[in-house]
Amino acid sequence: MTEVENLSIAIVGSGGAGALTSGNLLLEAATAAGWYGLLTRTVGPQIRGGEAAALIRLASRPVECLADRFDLLIGIDWLNANRFGAEIEVGPHSLVISDPRGGDLPDFVKNSGARVVEIPMKEMAKSILEGRPNMIALGIVAKLVGLNQEVFTALIEKRLAEKGQVASQGSRLALQAGVAAAAAVQFDRRLAPAVAGKKRWLVSGNETTGFGAIRGGVRFAAAYPITPASEILEWLAPRLAKVGGVLLQAEDELASINMIIGASFGGTPALTATSGPGLSLMIEALGLATAAEIPIVVVDVMRGGPSTGIPTKSEQADLNIAIYGFHGDAPHLVLAPQSVGDCLFTTQWATYLAEALQAPAIVLSDQFLGQTVAAIERPADVAFIGERIRHTGSEAPYQRYALAANGISPMAIPGMRGAQYTAEGLTHSERGTPTSGAAEHRLQLDKRRDKLEQFTFGDHWATLEGTGDVAVVTWGSLTGAAREAIELAGRDGIAVRLVAPRLLLPVQNARFTAALDGVKRLLVVEQSHSGQFYRYLRAHYDLPGETRVLHRPGPFPIRPSEIHQAIAEWRS
Amino acid sequence: MEELIVTPDTQLACKPSDYRSDLKPVWCPGCGDYHVLMAFTRAFAQLAVPAEQIAVISGIGCSSRIPAYTNCYGFHGVHGRSLALASGLKVTRPDLTVVVASGDGDGYSIGGNHFLHACRRNIDMTYVVMDNRVYGMTKGQPSPTTEPDFDTAISPGGTGLSPFHPLVNALASGANFIARCFAGEPNETAAILVEAIRHPGFSFVEILSPCVTYRPDQKQWKDLVHPAPVAATNDPAKAARRIMTDDGFNIGILYRGERRPYQPKFQPQSLDPSVLEQEFEI
Repeated sequence: MTEVENLSIAIVGSGGAGALTSGNLLLEAATAAGWYGLLTRTVGPQIRGGEAAALIRLASRPVECLADRFDLLIGIDWLNANRFGAEIEVGPHSLVISDPRGGDLPDFVKNSGARVVEIPMKEMAKSILEGRPNMIALGIVAKLVGLNQEVFTALIEKRLAEKGQVASQGSRLALQAGVAAAAAVQFDRRLAPAVAGKKRWLVSGNETTGFGAIRGGVRFAAAYPITPASEILEWLAPRLAKVGGVLLQAEDELASINMIIGASFGGTPALTATSGPGLSLMIEALGLATAAEIPIVVVDVMRGGPSTGIPTKSEQADLNIAIYGFHGDAPHLVLAPQSVGDCLFTTQWATYLAEALQAPAIVLSDQFLGQTVAAIERPADVAFIGERIRHTGSEAPYQRYALAANGISPMAIPGMRGAQYTAEGLTHSERGTPTSGAAEHRLQLDKRRDKLEQFTFGDHWATLEGTGDVAVVTWGSLTGAAREAIELAGRDGIAVRLVAPRLLLPVQNARFTAALDGVKRLLVVEQSHSGQFYRYLRAHYDLPGETRVLHRPGPFPIRPSEIHQAIAEWRS
Repeated sequence: MEELIVTPDTQLACKPSDYRSDLKPVWCPGCGDYHVLMAFTRAFAQLAVPAEQIAVISGIGCSSRIPAYTNCYGFHGVHGRSLALASGLKVTRPDLTVVVASGDGDGYSIGGNHFLHACRRNIDMTYVVMDNRVYGMTKGQPSPTTEPDFDTAISPGGTGLSPFHPLVNALASGANFIARCFAGEPNETAAILVEAIRHPGFSFVEILSPCVTYRPDQKQWKDLVHPAPVAATNDPAKAARRIMTDDGFNIGILYRGERRPYQPKFQPQSLDPSVLEQEFEI
């Protein structure tokens, strides 16, 4: 028996088999037992009836990405399970639990060299009133990873109470049957005890994003449903009301972006959340927010693109539109959270920055961050609360777009006497009067550029870790995988730096250059087909030494071993 | 506009000029929109709402230039989205009087979807569309309300399409107040605007506002318009029949609905946000 720092488990089943329910209960129970971990779901776009897999990683310390390989794969059944072949890597080190009546083993299992143990989950479930195979599967996993059965019993009571006494009794008995069936199964790994004592949360990135918005001061959200961003809006709807805010469902994304501009014009910090197709529709009005200097926050939970793409899966390919999508010269803010926990900080900071700079901020989250449920250490409290500089009434006549030294002109809020002005998307004078004059055009372009460039963003602009003359430069949700890869490289004796900008726009030239001082090899890691992040880096920064790019499109996140391998190969 | 005589109302505490900015409009001489601006300032004065408590929101087009010509707070946004912008403002600032200004291209074409949903949502605001049945600012293209045989460069020989019927659509979509005005009658228009603004919920006011440059034929409108023969109804079925069968020049309040306006509760501050994290705690 080996004690390991983390264990990866996949539970697979056809629609309705309950694989996701088992996965959620497993993570929740492991969390209650003190461990860390995360769960990502992989499903098709269909509402019901498709295959589903719960991919779970349990760990004795916080983890931010899936592992490279799965230790344990449970097939409640194998109908269409082949489609998960590329996502669930099993090999000779893996144990596969299969129901002999669950259909043929998929090829990716058959050819993997994994040890397969058959347990008749369906048949066992049939002998239990209201017993279901997914609960048998859960019992098997519980036993194999060494989770206390009592934790589950309490959870089942809590989660299945509304289904009635018989159902929860059935689930409990099925779980016990699974535990008993697994007693004879050899499994040589046990999860090491967790580092105790830290306050932890069980939460998804979409939830932490919502919370970050509220913490940052957002009190109005406009919502148009879109996968995989809807949970942010659904989380916000009832909670905004509790903190004195409001959410309005819009008729489309053109409306939602304009609604938040209207609310912000009225003095209320405002946000909307969407994904690529919605962001595309919002771009025109984002330009309006830039020109009219209205603070707003737009969260883009990126999915596979272009067009409808892969709504349920992750990609980092909206970087170009977020940075370059606006017509005209339109300085704005682009930020990217780096973990489930960091979605809180980054959204809160984005709200603060948008308000401070009276500019739109785009937050590039992605499906992986948004929909992954993770047990994380409670993020530290930060003091960033969005508050714009308001016109105090001292200077008269009021000029909304006055050329302030730092480019940030005090904003009057409707209701304030004597400061009436018209917010303007046309090129305008300091007062806001439309003009097509070259001088005023230039002055206002300068103003909007300068206010972003002169602002001191501080150390939050990037995650910088480690030393050495090799650097991994990455962003967003791949930061966790890069960090793990760097740790693996460290075990090989290779010192690697991590440089992951959280603030993508405005670019931070001096800081970036300093972060890469002395670097001889630079590995860019990103999840896009065309290498958008690499091209962005090339456009804005001087990259020292030799550069290589590890990039591929979604939907499967780049794993730590791929990055580790790229580092190791380059070295040798 | 000089030849038009506006009856001074000395009883008003506020003067229409209090609501007019010092900017000179970009409109062509003789444009109907001058009279709409006059009706706006007269209506605001009659309502005696302080200028800083009024927000005039618009999109793009000749008519959408109106906010900066008032002395109210204004927003000259992007094409077609004024209603959405105004909705976000009004639900978060229910204390403000929100008036949205648009034209037939901005409001019925690019902004058509928002029109339907603003009617349906029934937020307490007033939507004024200055309809001249042409895109003026882009120089004379047909709009959704243009007659099918109107010959233009972009549609030689006419579009051959039936015009959009804004009032019928407003009624069907749930607007709570529907009126038609003629820009050439600013006093009457002001009186109707006062009622529209006072009426709870979403008020829709279509103002026939001639384009002297691209639609010189609309000079005839002053002879074609006539007061609505009967008073406004609160019965949508009756209103539908009247609106669908009138000649399009029937001026007055045509429908006063009784739907409850949509206004979510918006209390400036209640629960401490940090309490929310309890649900995440393990």
